[in-house]
Parts: sequence; structure tokens; C-alpha cells
Amino acid sequence: MSEGMKGFAEINEEDRKRIEMTGLQTGTLEGRSGSFLQVDEHIHHASTDAKGIEILPIADALKRYAWLEDYYWKAVSRDKDEITQYIAAQEPKGYVLIARKGSQTTFPLQTCLFLAKEDIQYVHNIIIAEEGSELHLIAGCASSAQNKNGKHYGVTEIYVGKDAKVTSTMIHTWGETIEVYPRSVTIVEERGVFLSNYVCMVPAKKVQMYPTAELRGEGAVARFSSIMLATPGSYLDTGSRALLSAKGATSELITRAITTGGTIISRGHILGSVRDTKGHIECRALILKDGIIHAIPEIEGRVVDCELSHEAAVGKIAQDEIEYLMARGLSEDEATATIIRGFLDVKISGLPESLQRQIDAAIDAAEKGF
Amino acid sequence: MLEIEDLHVEVEGREVLHDINLTIREGETHVLMGPNGSGKTTLLRALMGFGSSRITDGTITFKGHDITKMPIHERAQLGIGLLFQRPPTISGLKLGKLLNVTSHGDTSHVEEYARRMNMDTFLERDVNKGFSGGEIKRSEVLQLMIQKPDFVMLDEPESGVDLENMALVGNAIAGLIEKDQHIISRKKSGLIITHTGYILDYIDADFGHVMCDGTFKCHGNPREILKSIQLKGYKECIECQRV
Repeated sequence: MSEGMKGFAEINEEDRKRIEMTGLQTGTLEGRSGSFLQVDEHIHHASTDAKGIEILPIADALKRYAWLEDYYWKAVSRDKDEITQYIAAQEPKGYVLIARKGSQTTFPLQTCLFLAKEDIQYVHNIIIAEEGSELHLIAGCASSAQNKNGKHYGVTEIYVGKDAKVTSTMIHTWGETIEVYPRSVTIVEERGVFLSNYVCMVPAKKVQMYPTAELRGEGAVARFSSIMLATPGSYLDTGSRALLSAKGATSELITRAITTGGTIISRGHILGSVRDTKGHIECRALILKDGIIHAIPEIEGRVVDCELSHEAAVGKIAQDEIEYLMARGLSEDEATATIIRGFLDVKISGLPESLQRQIDAAIDAAEKGF
Repeated sequence: MLEIEDLHVEVEGREVLHDINLTIREGETHVLMGPNGSGKTTLLRALMGFGSSRITDGTITFKGHDITKMPIHERAQLGIGLLFQRPPTISGLKLGKLLNVTSHGDTSHVEEYARRMNMDTFLERDVNKGFSGGEIKRSEVLQLMIQKPDFVMLDEPESGVDLENMALVGNAIAGLIEKDQHIISRKKSGLIITHTGYILDYIDADFGHVMCDGTFKCHGNPREILKSIQLKGYKECIECQRV
């Protein structure tokens, strides 16, 4: 294990496997441009060998860079709700990640927030992609199999500069007793691109989040894609919001949701407040066993020349599709799993191949449970 | 190979097929003709085992097994294959992946067959999504080439196929039912629904059947039947009743 990865070794094998399910590497940094590990409130490492990239604990960053005050609690308000108020009242934990002007990372940078024993884990992360930089992030969030009633509170403020590109792939591996409350806002400047992928295929007691992208610069782009499975006892109240506040801004919010007995509330909101903006919400859901899927797509246009649309569908797998595959020799269960796997296959254009593979692997791992 | 005895089939509570008797031996190819709505597709669907074609009476025997109540995939595994006239679109499922799944682990021929059917650029596309009529038929034939059924049912294989592709589809179908092999060594059988008879230019069918109002009204030489229908329509067949 490299020096920069210390901390993973102290986590037992079962929990390390849970972390690896979120797409993270716990052995070497190979194929990663950097790594951050926080277990409960303890930061084990923050390291990178990539040129132009800096990752450091937020407390250190605030001491080192006075200018960070311009980003700290500027995208997310301290007073937003009780979660942000709680975090604002604590010693700051979490990381600051800076991609300097023009820097490009070939490999994704991984961050792991692991909830081991504490009742509440809180983090405050700030990601800054300066002008022309490109940053790929894989954020793994997991809890120990031993933690029976933990809560995770998180604030993430992302700043995508002019002509910069940030992709964030978040794979959740929480437990059936864990509650999760991420609060995240991304600000995208001129021609900046923000791609967010969220995958949650394992049970969580409650996830509540509504990340927002504010497209402030001309031609800014934000795409959110969410793939979720709610097993019995899981309550996933998730959504994404895009504020189209500059000319030429475009956004797409895509969701695939499946329930096998749990609840999914799939929200989406696009606000077009200036001319020449475009947005689309697409939510498709399957109810495989009695559960709740509640899709709430909202499109709000306030000027002429903003094009907004949405489509939402909740249903079941079509019998003719199952029979078609059975006629090719697949059993009913195989046919069903094959169709569901296809249903969840949302390819995100612009996402690095390695991250797409991690997403595919997380979905494949859940395939047997459909 | 296939023996249908006194078959009765309901669709949505209405009897669509009645008194169907048919024997197809190893190596034989049969052609099924008849006006729209006469029950041809329903017969193929009932033979495949689809839930919407409910068998109320009679038996289907395939390779000595009574398959009347057998689930669809077991019939497929036993060697029955169907070329769909209008297959469903399966979003997100790539044609290449489907072929890999149905090839039982032997994926060595997938790319070669795809090239032969001019479908190699379709392997990364969702099954049937946005396919033209001809592309659907080429995809269906390709799937059957991988599946290798012993008894091939084809529901209007030529519909939607342009002239240029007709030879490609026709010759591939001839390969599926081993028309390229000598009659003595031919093991595969076929049952083909056709309206135009174009497919007969590529395969020599052995027997023809005309279906009207849910049952067979005529059996005979496929070319002669086709000629008679082209000249006089189905009215003659119905009146003739040469069953």
C-alpha cells in the first residue's frame, strides 16, 4: 500500500469490500490521480500526485488560503436547513479540492467518506475547477456493516469555472439503518460543464437530497443522471434542480428508478429565467413489487425563448418484451433481469470509460436482486 | 418433427383458431398463406407458447415431447425459433449483448454473422430501436442464426425488406433451414407465413396451406396455391375447400 493510501488498511476486510463497491480503490493509487479518506470525523489521508491538483483537509485549506472565504458557504447557505446549521456549528471536516487553471487529470480522483461508529458523520467539501481545467471525481460513500443507526450530513460546494469540466460520480453503499442528508450546490460559469451521476443500488433507511446546479455563465451545461433501486424499508427522496440563469445554458435531468417495495420520490426542477435556454427532465420508473414511486417533475419558464420539457413514466415491464427474450431461450427470470439491466443503462456522454465501468459494475452487482 | 392435433386457440376470450391439424417432418418446409386476420400469426404464437394465444383444446408434439403447456423458453431450448413480424423495442439492451446472451457462451460467430447480415454497425444499438422494416428482419434473422433452431417459424420475413436486401435475407433464411444441403441430410424444418411469395424465390417450400377464418381450407403445392391466389384471390380457396 502506498503511503498516500494509509487508512484503508485499518478498515476490516468486510467494510473494505463495501468501500470497493462504491468504485474506490483501497490498495494502490494506480488509475487514480488522488485520494481522500475520511472515517467518521477522522481524516486519514488527502493525497494526489497529479500536476495542478491539490486536495487537502478543509480546516488546513481555510488556514492556508484566505481567498477560500469567497467559496466557503457561498454556494450553499449556512441557514438553509437544520443539516447545514448543524455542520456550520462544528469544526470544519471534509476536503477542499482545487484543479488549477488549465490542469487536466487523466485519471479520476477518489474521495471516500466512511461512516464507521459515530452517530453522525458530517463533512463540508469544496471543489474548485479553475478556468479550462478538467476534473473527474469518484465519490464513494459507505457505512460499516457494524453501524446500526448512523447519520451522514454533508455539504458540497462545487465551482466549475469558465471552460472547465467537472464530472462527479457518486455511488452510495449505505446500510439499511443509515440516514443520509447531502446538501450540494454547483455553480457553473461560462461554457463550463458539470456532469453528475448518482447510483444507489443497495438499501439505505433514508436518503434525502436535492442537488442544485446554478448555470451562471453563458453556454453552461449541467447533466444529472440518477439510477436508484429502493428495496423494502428504503426511502429515497432525491431530485436535482437546474437554474438556467444565463443565455445558452442547457440542462438535462435523467432518472431511472426501480422499487421492489421501498419508496422513491423523484423530484426534478428546471427554472428557465433568461432567454435562449433549454432543459429537459426524464424520469422512468418500474414498480417490480408493491412500493411507491412518486415522480414530481417541475419545469418553470419565465421568459420567451426558453424551451423546457419533461417526460415521466411509471410502469411495469412489458410482457411482450419478456416473451420476446424467452422465445430466444431465456427463462422468465433471465429475461426480466436482462430487460431491467437495459432499462438502467443510461450512458452519460462525456464520462470517462473507467467511471462508466464503475457504474456498470454497481448495477451489475444488484442485478441478482431484481 | 412437429405434430399439431385438433388445436383450438383463444385470444382475449375469443376463439381464433379451431380444428388445426398439421404434421411437419424433419427437413420439410411449409408455407402458410391466408387473408389478413385469418389466424396465421396466432398459430405461430401458439406454437411458441405466448400467453395471449391460449390453447383451449388439442395438443402440440415436438420431437416426441408434448409441448402444449411448456413455457416459451423451454420450447426455444428444445429447438423452436420464431422470426417476429413486429418485435418489441427493448430500450437499453444492446443487440450485441442480446446475441451474446443467447449464444450460450459461444460468441465466436456473433461478429461474423452480424457482418454477413450487414448488421455489424447495429451491435451497439438498442434492440429494434429506430430500426427500419428491413433492419428489423435482418436483426431477426441474425438472432436466429445465433440461436440455431431446428424448427424455424417465419412471420412474413419479406415484409419491409427492400429488393436489394431481399436476396440477403432470403439466402440467410435458406441457410437457416439448410436449403443449401442435400435433401437427404437436411434436418431443419420451417413454417413460413408469406403474402407475396417472394421468399419462395430463395427457398423451395414442400407444402402450402391456406388459412381462412381460423382453420385450414386448402393444402397443396405452394407455387400453385400462390398462383391461384394471385389470379383469383382467397375466395376461390375458401370455396374450393380442398382440405
